Amino acid sequence: MREISFQKALEEAVAEEMRRDPRVITMATDFTGDPLEEFGPARVRFSPISEAVLTGMGLGAAGCGFRPIVNWRMVTFSFVAMDQIVNQASKIRYMFGGQADFPVTYRCSTGGGIGLAAQHSQSPYSMWMHLAGLKIILPATPADAKGLLKSAIRDNNPVVSFECSRLASRTGPVPDGDHLVPIGVAEVKRAGTDVTIVALAYYVHEALAVAEELAREGIAVEVVDPRTLVPLDVDTLHASARKTGRVVIVDEAPATCSAASEIAALIVEDPETFRTLKAPIRRVCAAPVPVPYSPPLEQAALPRREQIKAAVYEVLKESLRPKDVIAGFR
Amino acid sequence: MTLDTPELARMLRTMILIREFDERAIALRVAGKIYGAVHPYVGQEAVAVGVCASLTVRDRVTSNHRGHGHCIAKGADIRRMMAELFGRVDGYCKGKGGSMHIADFAVGMLGANGIVGGGLPIACGAALAAQLEGQGDVTVCFFGDGAAAEGEFHEALNIASVWKLPIVFVCENNQYAANNAVGVQHPRVDIAAHAAAYAMPGVIVDGNDVLEVDATTREAVARARRGDGPSLLECKTYRWHFHAMRAAPPPETRPADEIDAWKARDPIARLEQHVLDRGLLSAEEIGAIRERVTADLAAAVAFAEQSPFPDPKDLLVDMFAD
Repeated sequence: MREISFQKALEEAVAEEMRRDPRVITMATDFTGDPLEEFGPARVRFSPISEAVLTGMGLGAAGCGFRPIVNWRMVTFSFVAMDQIVNQASKIRYMFGGQADFPVTYRCSTGGGIGLAAQHSQSPYSMWMHLAGLKIILPATPADAKGLLKSAIRDNNPVVSFECSRLASRTGPVPDGDHLVPIGVAEVKRAGTDVTIVALAYYVHEALAVAEELAREGIAVEVVDPRTLVPLDVDTLHASARKTGRVVIVDEAPATCSAASEIAALIVEDPETFRTLKAPIRRVCAAPVPVPYSPPLEQAALPRREQIKAAVYEVLKESLRPKDVIAGFR
Repeated sequence: MTLDTPELARMLRTMILIREFDERAIALRVAGKIYGAVHPYVGQEAVAVGVCASLTVRDRVTSNHRGHGHCIAKGADIRRMMAELFGRVDGYCKGKGGSMHIADFAVGMLGANGIVGGGLPIACGAALAAQLEGQGDVTVCFFGDGAAAEGEFHEALNIASVWKLPIVFVCENNQYAANNAVGVQHPRVDIAAHAAAYAMPGVIVDGNDVLEVDATTREAVARARRGDGPSLLECKTYRWHFHAMRAAPPPETRPADEIDAWKARDPIARLEQHVLDRGLLSAEEIGAIRERVTADLAAAVAFAEQSPFPDPKDLLVDMFAD
């Protein structure tokens, strides 16, 4: 299979959807790749730095039959457009009684770990989850990035595509042809029986690395990637939690009111899943600080592999565990 | 251009309907028949009617919190508007939106909006759609003087000018943003002055003269249809009532002589005088228009009252499209 970068996969998704449907247009202050060359200035709009109006224009054009892609570029800039996101995009279909659809896709980079300091290292997807009315995708691999973004562009609702900065240059296999990943379907990235790690975006890869290390110690870790935060594939989360009885959730957003909190709540609120749990759920999230600039501080603020590993050991320790599993690290 | 008598009669009827609709809304809110907030458009009728006279059903408008007049002028059905105020299933939004979120996409009314300035970006998106469609359709964005102090106003005018969007920005300067006089909020009381900075025509219009509003809008709409870009019209007008009411009308805080002076320039009385002076309509014909409006409103209220309330089991319906 072809190996391409996460960034290239996202560019391919946009280009393929623009080729497929002339009503797909894209607006941003700048673009990666060269969509202007292929699609021309009517459909590829270089805009002033005006996030509020761009966000609302996406809605307005969507309500009039187009499929706009508005790229905020960094999620940080979307905060300038809070009225259009919170008061308009997330509510417009419902408050008008469903009389029109608003097929708009909002793209943004997200996350820290690349030295961009407090404002440009944020992972605020739970703020958007809270609104009820926006779909949210958060891919971790090039294949998922392409397949989910294509699905987002075809979706008849506002969708926010969070694109993890640290994954931009990461490469991976991407199927040829019209590769779609459905919105709202999680993926078990690695099967295991002892502990479930639910990980988001960059931390899917960290969780897989931890799983590989722990396999050598005889601990079978299952890694679940939700891929979509709204709607969240609760069934897959429940199934994995029931199978292993132990859950660690890893994300680089701070824990308070986070996607990790929501996932934990959904797992323990389900009586059948709750009864299978053998240990308290652990969240491994960012420290509750603005992400600092200096490398040692930034590394201290964001989740690290050893923290994930420690959390796995903890849930094993705290549970009614097979003695042979626990012996190695006591 | 000179409007013919049927067109003048239609304008007069629509202005009277808007006024009586909102007077009825106030009475219904006081009586506890409807809920939430009412923002009456009374006094500003010439703006909505004069502007919408230039528009076809394919043209689109966005509105604000004081949106009943824009809805009616754009051709919305007052029965479904009234049902929405009553919170019933036959309302435009099936009772989910209420007064501040009435929309009728079928007639190009893209929604009232509870956020001052919030409709400007959405209107620019509709104008972008019209530009891409290339059929010569335009978008009109209604907003108040208060919105001109919002960032979204400046972003919208800027991008509309840079991209030559087919849009007409219509500022209804009713002299007050909520309870703050225009002179307290803006260093210049002429909102149209902003047009110069965005390289578009900016025109001050007597917003209580429906014929002047109509004539000026026709020029701006023609310019937009030609592909020559946006315009900013500032219609100087006045709301006769309070900014908003909930259970009861709030006390009046504006000077009595100011209110009297504006009421003496009643846009409906002025149009009536115009048609009477020229013998275009008789007093009897105007009386018949008023009777018809009264009957239509009574029918709208009856329609709303017989419409059922939404079933709570439908709470989550309309959240997401398939």
